[in-house]
Amino acid sequence: MSFFLHPLTLVTFFPLVGVIVLLFLRDEQKTLARWVALITSLITFGISLAVLAQFNPANPDLQLAVDLPWIPLAGWEIHYFLAVDGLSILLVLLTTLLTAVSVLSTWTAVEDRVKQFMIFFLLLEVGMVGVFLAQDLFLFYIFWEFTLVPMYFLIGIWGGGRRMYAAVKFFLYTMAGSILMLLAILWLGIYQGSFQVPDLVAKGGIPPNIQFWLFLAFAAAFAIKVPMWPLHSWLPDAHVEAPTAGSVILAGVLLKMGTYGFLRFNIPLFPQAALQLAPWMAGLAVIGILYGAAVSYAQKDVKKLVAYSSVSHLGFVMLGLFALNPQGVQGGILQMVNHGLSTGALFIIVGMIYERRHTREMDAFGGLWKIMPIYGALTLIVALSSMGLPGLNGFVGEFTILLGAWGAGQPGAALGSHWFAGLAAVGVILAAVYILLMFQKLFLGPVTKEENRVLLDLNWREVVTLVPLIVLIFWIGLYPKPFFMLMAPAVDKLVAVVQTAASVALIP
Amino acid sequence: MFFQETLSQAPQFFGLVPWIVFFPVIGLLFNIAFGKKILERGPAGEKIVGWVASIASGLVFLVSVLLLVSLLGHPEGKTVPLAEWIKIGNFQVNWAFQVDTLSVVMMLAVSLVGTLIHIYAIGYMHEDVRHNGDPGRFGRFFVFMNLFIASMMILVSSDNFLMLYVGWEGVGLCSYLLIGFWYEKGEDGLGNALAGKKAMITTRIGDVGMLLALFVMFWAFGSLDFHTIFEKAPQVAQASPGIILAITLFMLVALTGKSAQLPLYVWLPDAMAGPTPVSALIHAATMVTAGVYLVARSADLYILAPQAQTAVALVGGATALFAATIAVGQFDIKKVLAYSTISQLGFMVAAVGMGAFVAGMFHLVTHAFFKALLFLSAGSVIQGVERGEHHLAHDPKLKKHAKSLGHEFDPQDMRNMGGLRTRMKTTFWVYLIGAIALSGLPPLAGFWSKDEILAEANQLNVAVYVLLTLAAVFTAFYMARQILMVFFGKPRSAAAEHAEESPPLMTIPLMILAALTVLGGVINLPEWHTLEHWIEHTLGAAVHKAEFVMLVAVLSTGLSLLAIVVGWWIYNARRYEAFWAEPAARRPDDPLRRLIGPLFDLWKNKYWVDELYWAVILNPYIALSRFLADVVDWRFWHDWFHDQVLVAGFNRLTGLLAVRIDLGIIDGIANGLGKLAQRAAATLRLAQTGFVRNYALSIFLGVVIILGYLLLR
Amino acid sequence: MVPVEYYTGLSIILFTLGAVGVLVRRNAIVVFMSIELMLNSANLAFVSFARNYEAMSGQVFVFFVIAVAAAEVAVGLALIVAIFHSKRSIDIDQIHSMKG
Repeated sequence: MSFFLHPLTLVTFFPLVGVIVLLFLRDEQKTLARWVALITSLITFGISLAVLAQFNPANPDLQLAVDLPWIPLAGWEIHYFLAVDGLSILLVLLTTLLTAVSVLSTWTAVEDRVKQFMIFFLLLEVGMVGVFLAQDLFLFYIFWEFTLVPMYFLIGIWGGGRRMYAAVKFFLYTMAGSILMLLAILWLGIYQGSFQVPDLVAKGGIPPNIQFWLFLAFAAAFAIKVPMWPLHSWLPDAHVEAPTAGSVILAGVLLKMGTYGFLRFNIPLFPQAALQLAPWMAGLAVIGILYGAAVSYAQKDVKKLVAYSSVSHLGFVMLGLFALNPQGVQGGILQMVNHGLSTGALFIIVGMIYERRHTREMDAFGGLWKIMPIYGALTLIVALSSMGLPGLNGFVGEFTILLGAWGAGQPGAALGSHWFAGLAAVGVILAAVYILLMFQKLFLGPVTKEENRVLLDLNWREVVTLVPLIVLIFWIGLYPKPFFMLMAPAVDKLVAVVQTAASVALIP
Repeated sequence: MFFQETLSQAPQFFGLVPWIVFFPVIGLLFNIAFGKKILERGPAGEKIVGWVASIASGLVFLVSVLLLVSLLGHPEGKTVPLAEWIKIGNFQVNWAFQVDTLSVVMMLAVSLVGTLIHIYAIGYMHEDVRHNGDPGRFGRFFVFMNLFIASMMILVSSDNFLMLYVGWEGVGLCSYLLIGFWYEKGEDGLGNALAGKKAMITTRIGDVGMLLALFVMFWAFGSLDFHTIFEKAPQVAQASPGIILAITLFMLVALTGKSAQLPLYVWLPDAMAGPTPVSALIHAATMVTAGVYLVARSADLYILAPQAQTAVALVGGATALFAATIAVGQFDIKKVLAYSTISQLGFMVAAVGMGAFVAGMFHLVTHAFFKALLFLSAGSVIQGVERGEHHLAHDPKLKKHAKSLGHEFDPQDMRNMGGLRTRMKTTFWVYLIGAIALSGLPPLAGFWSKDEILAEANQLNVAVYVLLTLAAVFTAFYMARQILMVFFGKPRSAAAEHAEESPPLMTIPLMILAALTVLGGVINLPEWHTLEHWIEHTLGAAVHKAEFVMLVAVLSTGLSLLAIVVGWWIYNARRYEAFWAEPAARRPDDPLRRLIGPLFDLWKNKYWVDELYWAVILNPYIALSRFLADVVDWRFWHDWFHDQVLVAGFNRLTGLLAVRIDLGIIDGIANGLGKLAQRAAATLRLAQTGFVRNYALSIFLGVVIILGYLLLR
Repeated sequence: MVPVEYYTGLSIILFTLGAVGVLVRRNAIVVFMSIELMLNSANLAFVSFARNYEAMSGQVFVFFVIAVAAAEVAVGLALIVAIFHSKRSIDIDQIHSMKG
C-alpha cells in the first residue's frame, strides 16, 4: 500500500487537509471555519472507523503497519513506522471521536480567532493520533512533543485568567519529563541497535539494573502526563485555565498518552523492572485515588473538582495496568476510554454552564434541575458514570481493575497484597461523595440566585454534542464485550511477556 | 398425582423471565419520551402516565405468576442466559436470569406490592405534586418507580453475584433519586437532597463490602455464578475456611448498608424525606430486604461459616431491639415506621443469620405486605391532614385559624393529629390491621412469620431470642402509642379536625394490602410449611426445619398484649387529652417522659448516633479533605513547592548562572583579556613621545645594540 | 688605484655626519638633507665594494637606492609643504601630535 493512501497515514495526517483549507479562510469567516474543522474531524473519525473495520481483533500483533526507512544512520535507522494493535485501537477511536465532539462543543464558546483555534486543534489531533500509532521510538517522541505546541497555544491564547502561567507550567512539566525519556530512547536505540518497538520487545535482554533506570526515565515522562500523584500539580492549572474543548482533549486524550506510554513501552520493554516496581506504581496509584477524591471534595470551583477527579480516576487506570494480569490491564485500558468519555462529557457540561453564567463557583448555582431539566438529566447520567454506577461504563472499568488488582494480591503475583485493591475500593465510596456533592450543589436544592432563573436549557447542538458520549456510556456499561474483544489478544500477549520475564527472574 | 402431572406437562414460561426487566424499562422509556406531552392534558394525562407505569409493573407480576406456574412443574428452576457481559481471560459474567423458587418468591412479593403501590401513587402523587407546587414532575416519579422495579428485578433474578450487584446499586440509585424527589424541599431547602445523598453514600460503604466479597469469591472460585460457587463452596471451605468467612463477613457489611442494620442504618430514617409511596415500596417492602435475600441466596456459603452466621444473627438481633427502642421516642408518623422497619429488618437478618432462611424469607414477604400497608396508610393520613390544612387556608371563614397554624405546621407530627378515626374511616381500619400484624398478634400474617423467627431463635441462639423478644415487646408498645395518638381522642390541630379521607384510587390498594396482611400467613402456616417446602427446592439442605413452639407463641403474644395494655394505659384518649390540656410550658413533650425521663431523651434523640458519626467520621473527613485541598495540595504543593521551591529555585539557579557564572567568570575572562591589553597599551604608549628624533634615536640605539651584539658575540 | 678602505672611510664619515644631522637638527629640510647624505654614503659604499669585487649587484642596488630616494624626497617634501601649510613651521620638535 502506498504511503499516502495507507489508512494509518490517512487517519494521522488527514486533519492537515483541514488545516490547509483553514489557512485560506479569512478571519471573519468564523462559521465556515467551524464547519471546516467539524467536517475534517468527522471525516477523520470516519477514517478511524475504517481502520477499525480492517482491524482483526483476533490478532495479538501490530496490524496495518506502514514501515518505511526515514532517517538512515550508521548501524541503525529511524523508521516512519505506524501500526495499530489491541492496545491502541480504542484510544485512536477515542481521540478522533473526542476531537469531533470538542469541535462541536466549542461552537459558540470560542468567538475570538476561531480560525487559528481550529488550526491548532486539528494540529493537536495529528499529534495525538500519531502518538498512539507510532511504533518507532523516535517517531513517537516527535509526535509526543508535537502535541505540546498546539496545546500550549490553546491554553495560552484562549484560556482563562491565568492562562500564561498555566500554559507555561503545562509545557515545562511535560518537557522536563520528556527529556529523560529522550535520553532513555537514545540509550536504548544505541544499545539495541534499533528504534522499532517490536524489535526492541523481541530482543529484550536488557540487564535488570539497567532496565530499572530506563523504566524510571520513561516513567518520568509518562507519570507527569498521567499525572500520577505527586506530579499532578500542573493539572488543576491547565485544566481550569484551558478552554472547554482544550480541557476535554486534555483530560480525554492527553492524559491517556501517559497511561498508554506505560502500557506500550514501560511494561513490554522493561518487564522485569515493571514487575519489580509494580507495587510502587500501584501504591502511588492508590494514594492518587484517595488523595484525588479527598481533594476533589473540598473544591469550590466545579472545573477544579472535575480536574482533581481525574487524578483519582487515572489512579484506577494505573492500578489496573500494574496489576499485570489480564483483568487489571484490560480494565485499565477500558477505564482510559471510560475516563475520556465521562470526564470529557463532564468538562463539556461545565463548559455549557460557564458559557451561560461565566462562573464556575458551585455556590453560584443550585436548583438548576428545575430550570434546565434536560441538562440536569444528562449531567446525572454522566456523573453516575463517573462515580462507577453499575450498568454504566465506569463500573465495568473500575470493577475489572479492582478485580485484577485483588487477584494480583495472590502470593508471588505482581502486587503481593490485597491492600491495594482494598484501599482503592474505598475510593469508590469517596467518588460517590464528591460526585454527589457536585450534583447537589449544581442541581438540587432551591434556586437561590435570581440570575439562574432565566437560564436556557440545552439547545439541539449541545444535546447532539453529548449524545454520542452518553450512548457510549450506556453501551460500554451494558455490553462491553466488543470493547474487551478488541484488546484481549494484545493484552494476553503483553501479560505473557511480563510473565516470561518473571519466570526468567525467578531462575537465579 | 394428577395435579402434579398436569403441572409438569403445563407450558413452561421460563423464557419470559427477561421481560420482568424489559417491561418496566419499556414503561419508563415510554414515560420519558411521551410523558411530558401527555401530562400537558392535566389530570387525565396523569392517569395515562401513572397507568402505563402501573401496567408495566403489573405485567411483571403477571410474568412472575407464570414463572411460578412453570416452577410448580419444574421446581428445580432454570437459568435463562441473555447475553455475555464481561469476559476477560477466565473471568466471565453473563447477563443471565435465574428462575428458582427463591427468586420467584422475591419477584412475586416485589411486583405485587410494587404494582399496588404504583396504583396508589397515581392518586397520591396527583395531590403531592400540587401540594409541592410542580405538577410537571409527576411523570418523573413514575419513571423512577419503573426504574426501581427494573433494578429490583435484576437484583432478585440474577444468576450471578455481579448482576445482583448491578441491581443492588441500581436500587440504591433509585432510592437516591426518589428520596431527593422534592430536591428543593426539606430543611433549608436542601434537607431532601442531603437525605438522598446520605442514603446513597451510606449504602455505598456497604456496597464496597460487597465488591470485596466479589473479589474474594472470584479469585477463590474462578467464577461469580451462583451454582458454580455454591457447588465448589464445601471444597473451598475445607481447603481454606478463612475464605468463606471473609466472603460472608464482607457480605454482612453489604447487608448492613442496604438493609439498614447497625451500624449503617442511619440513612433509612432520613430516607423518609421521599414521597410516601417511595417509603412504602423502597424503604420498607422491597429494597431494604435485599440484604436478607442476599444472605438467603448465599445460604450455602453461610452454613459453612458459623462465626459469620453468629455475627449476622447478633447484628440483626441488636438492630431489632435498638431500632425498636428509638421508635418509641419518635413523633413523626413516618419516622416511627422507619425505625420499625429497621427493627423488623433486624428480625429477618437475625433469622437468616441463624440459618432460619425460610423464616427470614417468610417474614420478608409478610412484612412487605403489612409495612407497605402501614406506610401507604400513613401517607393517606398525612395527605388527609394536608387536605385539612389546605381546606383551612382556602376557606375564608377559617383563614384566621389557618394563620394561627403558621408555617411551621408539620402534617407528619403525630402530636398534631388525633381523632382521625372518625374522619378517615377506611384508613383507620387498614392502619389498625397493619399495626396488629406488626405487633405480632394472631392470626394476622405478622404473627406467623415473627413467631417462626422467635421459635427458631429459641432453638438456635438464645441471646438473639432474648433480643428479639424484647424488640417484639417494644414493637407492640410503639404501635399502640402511634394508633392511639393518631386516631383516638380529639383532634389536636385544626388541620386534623378538617382532615378528609383519601380517594378510592388510594384506598383500594390499601384494602387489597390489608387483605394480604390478614391472609399472608397462609403461605407458611405451621404444619403445612408451604414456603419451606417451596424454598427447599432451591436451598436444599441449608433449610432448617421449622417447628411451631406453643410456649414461644404464647409468651410472645402475651408480652405483646401486655405492651399494648401498657400503651393504652399511658396514651388512652382520656389520659392523653388531660395531659395535652396542661399548659405547654409545664408539660413535657410526651407522657412517657414523666415515667422514664432520660431514657426517653435517649430514644428521642436516637442515641445521638448521627451526631456521633458526624463527630467521628464526617467532620474529620471534611476537615481532612479541606486540609488536603487547601493546605497540602494548594498552599504546600502547588504554591509553595511549585512556585516557591521549583520556580523560585529555578529562578535563583538561573540568577546564579547569569550573574555569578556568566557575568563573573565567562565574561570575566573576556573582559580581563581586554583590560590586560588596555593596561599594557597604556604603559607602552608612554614610549610614544611624538618627537621624530626620539624615534630616530631609538632606531640608532637599536642598530647599535644589534650591531654590538653581532660584533661582540 | 685608490684602495677600498679610503672609500669606506669616506662613506663612514658621510654616514656619521648624516646620522648626527638627523638626530640634532630641528629643521625638517635639513633632516631630509641628512637622510640623503646617509643614503648617498651607503651608495658610495656599494659602488666601491662593487668595483672592488667586480660584482654588478652593488651597482644595481645603488640604482634602486637612488630611485627610492627620489621617491622619498618627492613624498617627503610634499609632506613638509603640507605640514608647513597647517603649522607655519617646519620645526620637527613642534610636530608631536602622534604622542601616545
